[in-house]
Amino acid sequence: MAWLEVTTVENIPLMGARKIVYKELEIAIFKTKEGELFAVHNACPHKKGKLSEGIVHDKMVTCPMHSWVIDLKSGEAQGSDCGCTKTYELKIENEMVYINL
Amino acid sequence: MKEKLIVIGNGMSALRTVEEILTHNKEKYEITIFGEEPHVNYNRIMLSYLLSGEKTFEDTIINHEHWYEENSIILYKNNKVLYVDTQKKKVICSFNQEYAYDKLIIATGSKPFIPPTQGSNLNNVIGFRTKKDVDTILQTLSNDKTAVVVGGGLLGLEAAYGIAKQGIKTILVHRSHNLMSQQLDSTAGKLLQKNLEQYGIEFRLNDTIKAIHGEEDVQQVEFNNGDVVESNLVVFATGITPNIEMALQSDIQTRKGIIVDDFLRTSVEDIYAIGECCEHNGCTYGLVAPLFEQAKELAKTLTNIPTLGYKGSITSTRLKVSGVDLFSAGDYLGDVTTEELILLDAKAGVYKKLVLFEDRIIGVVLYGDTSDASWYLKLLKEQTNIANLRAKLLYGKAGLGDAGHGGNDVNAMSDDEEVCGCNGVCKGDIVTAIKTNDLKTLGEVKACTKAGASCGSCLGLVEQILVNTLGDEYQAKEEGICSCCDVGHKEIKACIDGNEFDNVYDVFKKLNWKTGDGCSKCRPAINYYLLVKYNDNHYKNDPRSALVNDRVFANIQKDGTYSVVPRIWGGLTSPKELQDIAQIAVKYDVPTVKFTGGQRLDMLGVKKEQLEPMWKDLNECGFVSGQAYAKGLRTVKTCVGNQWCRFGTQDSMQMGIDIEKLTWGSWTPHKFKIAVSGCPRNCAEATIKDIGVIGVDSGWEIHIAGNGGIKVRVTDFFCKVATDEELFFYIKAIMQFYREDAYYLERTAHWVERVGLEYVKEAILSDKNRAEIYVQRFEESQIYAQIDPWQQSIETGFTKEFEPIVLAPKEEF
Repeated sequence: MAWLEVTTVENIPLMGARKIVYKELEIAIFKTKEGELFAVHNACPHKKGKLSEGIVHDKMVTCPMHSWVIDLKSGEAQGSDCGCTKTYELKIENEMVYINL
Repeated sequence: MKEKLIVIGNGMSALRTVEEILTHNKEKYEITIFGEEPHVNYNRIMLSYLLSGEKTFEDTIINHEHWYEENSIILYKNNKVLYVDTQKKKVICSFNQEYAYDKLIIATGSKPFIPPTQGSNLNNVIGFRTKKDVDTILQTLSNDKTAVVVGGGLLGLEAAYGIAKQGIKTILVHRSHNLMSQQLDSTAGKLLQKNLEQYGIEFRLNDTIKAIHGEEDVQQVEFNNGDVVESNLVVFATGITPNIEMALQSDIQTRKGIIVDDFLRTSVEDIYAIGECCEHNGCTYGLVAPLFEQAKELAKTLTNIPTLGYKGSITSTRLKVSGVDLFSAGDYLGDVTTEELILLDAKAGVYKKLVLFEDRIIGVVLYGDTSDASWYLKLLKEQTNIANLRAKLLYGKAGLGDAGHGGNDVNAMSDDEEVCGCNGVCKGDIVTAIKTNDLKTLGEVKACTKAGASCGSCLGLVEQILVNTLGDEYQAKEEGICSCCDVGHKEIKACIDGNEFDNVYDVFKKLNWKTGDGCSKCRPAINYYLLVKYNDNHYKNDPRSALVNDRVFANIQKDGTYSVVPRIWGGLTSPKELQDIAQIAVKYDVPTVKFTGGQRLDMLGVKKEQLEPMWKDLNECGFVSGQAYAKGLRTVKTCVGNQWCRFGTQDSMQMGIDIEKLTWGSWTPHKFKIAVSGCPRNCAEATIKDIGVIGVDSGWEIHIAGNGGIKVRVTDFFCKVATDEELFFYIKAIMQFYREDAYYLERTAHWVERVGLEYVKEAILSDKNRAEIYVQRFEESQIYAQIDPWQQSIETGFTKEFEPIVLAPKEEF
């Protein structure tokens, strides 16, 4: 595990996401309305929908494929849906975002 | 400091109000409740089941002791409020204790009305209203005596049924010739009587009690004609009167009940009344559904949520007697100005009557088959014009020929029959989920089973299953558009119309959303309604409130790639255009190129980061976005028309191009498709489009509200015009009226079925000036809407975020 530099905080759109590619890995970094950042594996536990394309609300994202709601902090599917997507640690130093991979 | 809220009454309407208040705001009030009975809040409607032994008292409790504790509510049971000192804002109880309030709710309910009768003061002459009454009945019943029930209304029949179920000889006396004369006509009354006689109830109609004889207890009952029976119990179910004693003592204005306005306010400031004790607009109610509607409004008022106020209720009744299916609503008798549709099968015990006034249902009586009750009630409440359904109306919703789901009789469906095709949910799954998880609303069923959660076409079926499974416990109410709120589209639209907002979040605040930033259901909807009100020039369309396709101007595919569809005006292209598209497809190595049903080319499998350069290339060749992703105009499909076709009567190709130039870029509640056929042979399939234009010798026919999706719906004929100008005029007016009037995500087909074709015709065809206003508003909004979103999003830099951030592998450092 090591901290990798990703991009500046302002490059992640508010209430939106950016897709990060690292080797075979695809990760989505989200920014909530409050400006908090989260990183999760960019695949819904349901049918691998791209979570980075979903609507961000509270600390959750709704998958664009079949509307599963994923908690960004835990990666857990909400409501009656079952499943979990991997989450990643982030840190911010001098407006720069780092991910622990 | 919390405000002090005192509630006088511990019954169903009182507690429903408190529950509603707590869902809106837990912190606002310190709540104290006074109840005359020695119990927590129980479900009075279930008393008949308690009597028949089909349920226990525990089953009927709605709010347990711990609920009061958890919500820090002080409950004084066995405690009667004598009067209110409205000057000092205090209530005075038995034993002269005083309690101060800031806000006061009176929910004292009603008392049984016992007509003056000789002997009615004897022991064991009672009403049928409380747990205590049920206890008295059960303690008194004895096998060698007859029980007499007076009153053939809902309550009387339930009491008689409950007693008869205990194996006791029961006589029911009713002064009119017809049972449930408040709710049923005589035909249904007879069927009901026949059915109840099977339980051993003896009916004495057109009769009353002359006297009750006995020393202390009842011994004999004497009827009008002199007949006498040995009896030890007389139950009066001869109606209720609002319990206004306390209000009278407190100088609060009353008539039949305590007078309240639309916000449930009494004549005294800070005092509200709700439920059976109050009188709204001259009406008092004795059924539970209106009380719940009042509770909802009152709770909003008390927590400062804007509300349109209570507008009175349409009541409906179901008899809670096992094995008897009976439903009635509205004006079931009618008069000389009304019409009746009747279906009677006496042998099968089925009777349906619909009372109509000016092509709208105003009354319903159903006996023996109540499976369509909720549908008829909906048509009644929404005042839907049924002129087009008339011939099939009595056969129920299934009789309409739902092409998507065939027969809709949920009773006839087996458990393994699929209800929701999108999510593969069977009837049995839904019934089990309702029972095991105690689901009560359509929203809960949707969330738990996913049935109806995708395309929504099966929701009617799901609702029927819910109604059948829950029976009387089911209460249809307008549900919030998502779990973030309790308000429906209608209320949201009214709120947006009446106030000014800058963004979706201000609307959430105003309407007391439970979540700060909503969810993927409500945010796009509110964003749409704001756009309708302000157009693109006054309101900034919020990309973060748009679903992915509308946000990135392309259609996402299952693997996360996109499809790109340039606009091909009217479906006509040229060798040059095809060459350009082909070159671009080759350049970006597009894996699949396909002709769409809307007569254009779909390039599938495009990576998100390819979108920007591809759009640029397409723009340079003169293409704009085909908006194949949009909740807006998609395509205008055409046939070749009189330019080539030997049957063609009009130039449908040119007309298609003209209409597409006129309407492209427009956003609507849901996708919008148009087609133009050059003759009635209709090769452009115009009769399954949102607007279908069909050329005839003398001009154009306009058809609307067709749909070729899950449930095929053929368009309704709207009007015929002679000139192209008129055609453009009506297309603009129809699209604008639809975008302003329909709910978000409601296709024209569903919209027209909800509001009725006549309603749309009246808005546009009856008054040229009114139509002109819609046309102007459409033209105004098109000024800002006809901007190519591809070009714009490149220019504004929005497409920058389409690029993935690629991290170099660390080994390489």
